[in-house]
Amino acid sequence: MMEDTGPVVAFWILAAITVGSALMVVAVRNLVHAVVYLILSFVGIGGLYITLSADFVAVTQILIYAGAISVLLLFAIVLTPRGSRDNAESFLRLPAVLVALLVGITLGYVALDTDWSIAGRGGFEETASEIGELLLDKYVLPFEIASVLLLVAMMGAIVIVRPEGTMEPVDPSTRLRTGFAQDGEAEA
Amino acid sequence: MRLDAAWYDLRDIGNAVGALLEQIREWGAPDWVPYVTSSVIAIVGILLWTVLSVLAFIWIERRVVGLMQNRIGPNRVGPAGLLQPVADALKLLMKEAITTRNADKTLFWLAPIVVFIPTMVVFAVIPFGEKMVLADLNVGVLFLIAIGSINTIAVFMAGWSSNNKYALLGAMRTIAMLISYEIIQVLVLLGAVLFVGSMRLGDIVAWQDDYGVWLLFLQPLGVMGYVIAGAVEMNRSPMDIAEAESEIVAGYHTEYGGIKFGFFYQAEYLAGFAIAAVIVSLYMGGWTLWGLEEWVPGWLIFLAKMYGVFFIYIWSRGTLPRLRVDQLMAFAWKFLLPLALLNVLVVGGEVLLWQEQDLSSGEALPLFGAVNFGLAVALVIGWALALGHRRPEKVAHRAILTQELGAIFYGDIAPRP
Repeated sequence: MMEDTGPVVAFWILAAITVGSALMVVAVRNLVHAVVYLILSFVGIGGLYITLSADFVAVTQILIYAGAISVLLLFAIVLTPRGSRDNAESFLRLPAVLVALLVGITLGYVALDTDWSIAGRGGFEETASEIGELLLDKYVLPFEIASVLLLVAMMGAIVIVRPEGTMEPVDPSTRLRTGFAQDGEAEA
Repeated sequence: MRLDAAWYDLRDIGNAVGALLEQIREWGAPDWVPYVTSSVIAIVGILLWTVLSVLAFIWIERRVVGLMQNRIGPNRVGPAGLLQPVADALKLLMKEAITTRNADKTLFWLAPIVVFIPTMVVFAVIPFGEKMVLADLNVGVLFLIAIGSINTIAVFMAGWSSNNKYALLGAMRTIAMLISYEIIQVLVLLGAVLFVGSMRLGDIVAWQDDYGVWLLFLQPLGVMGYVIAGAVEMNRSPMDIAEAESEIVAGYHTEYGGIKFGFFYQAEYLAGFAIAAVIVSLYMGGWTLWGLEEWVPGWLIFLAKMYGVFFIYIWSRGTLPRLRVDQLMAFAWKFLLPLALLNVLVVGGEVLLWQEQDLSSGEALPLFGAVNFGLAVALVIGWALALGHRRPEKVAHRAILTQELGAIFYGDIAPRP
């Protein structure tokens, strides 16, 4: 595969986009700009998956990270007081730089030290059905645990959000008015 | 197939392009030349076609909605107002591109571009004909949803960077709306994918051709869900709360003018075409029409179906009132989501039955179609009743508000209970 220049060029461009925008996420002062750079970084990672012929993972990366997680972050910024202004001074700046450096050194060391084996096969033909079969066959238990965990988290969020004392089931006659209020319903 | 797919076989323009690429290869060009050539041809073709379609449909939509609302519509520029879209486009191009003083300048400029890209990219996976598809990805359906979800970001960028209350409100509404209906979209498309067993759009069209049945008949609930979710995705009334003129001026593009607004406008139309194209490919047999594609170019059949579906959206825009934000959300989460989940369960069961029982497609598909159609009607009516929505009364009433305000009526009006 490596004799093709296309994937190599694509890899370097995508890597530059991913790493560059990831750096900009921490560098820019404006929080919304940071999120936009983060999205660009996610898209770059999606592109890297495509060069690895992992099409399903790439599309899922775009869908989940660029489409959903980033929206979550945007919501968080908009709902945070002062969040829409800028990335304020923080007294944790020094520890943060230290931790980031340590993580970077560790990752770099592992990457350089590992004896990477080069895959001796070509690209995958189709990954979606393989992933589906593995998830429902070999890895069904982790898959189910993850689903249950997400469901519990979602229910927990709903419980936290609801105001005090509204957890008892809603009376059907009042439920009528929550959706499409209809003609003459006010009297009902 | 008498023409044997020669280059002059215009039933599929892919033939001519394929012959051209073959010729280029014979001239001894390196591998990437035909590849790039085919991409450029496809991209230029799609771009030209979309621009022309958008111009045509601006006129058609304005005239048709005018007819529906008992007015004339544009009829001054050119014969029957035909040149009105061109005049509008020129006007948008020549207007000053204003950026408001307190806007976030970078994002303000970036948003119209970002909103435009995904709506164009979607057309890459749409099969206009058997060989007329730019990239028939094997994760095509998922790709459509993923690209559609990027729109959210662009709209948020526009709304937030405008530094305007109404723009931000419109953006927040869009996000809430798109996120909710994306789930519906994924679940209803899962039904079609389960039946076919592939996410490649070409395979889905081929499956419908093989069995001689549109997925529309096997998936009535799915089509209903996707048509509604599509209206949300393309931001058209009755789901256009993101830019509801009477509530929040123009939503996220309040501050945009000139060609930057033009981008939003065009992107909205393109999203409409894309949704219509997806509905046609997934549910209405794509470029096939039970053998007619042997005689009529498949891409003409495809375009005819697509414009037909898009016309339904124009129609609903002209006739249905806009929903409120809470109504739209309640509709997604309380009404469509349970139905879509049930749809997935039913389709899964049917596919399992089909495989396990070794049914022939002649027995299985009519049975599934009848069951799904009955189920769709029963579920929609039953679930609506269970949620407490009664059938609308046949008698016309005056609006409640005018009566409560003490308006005086003349003539025979039934007193309110």
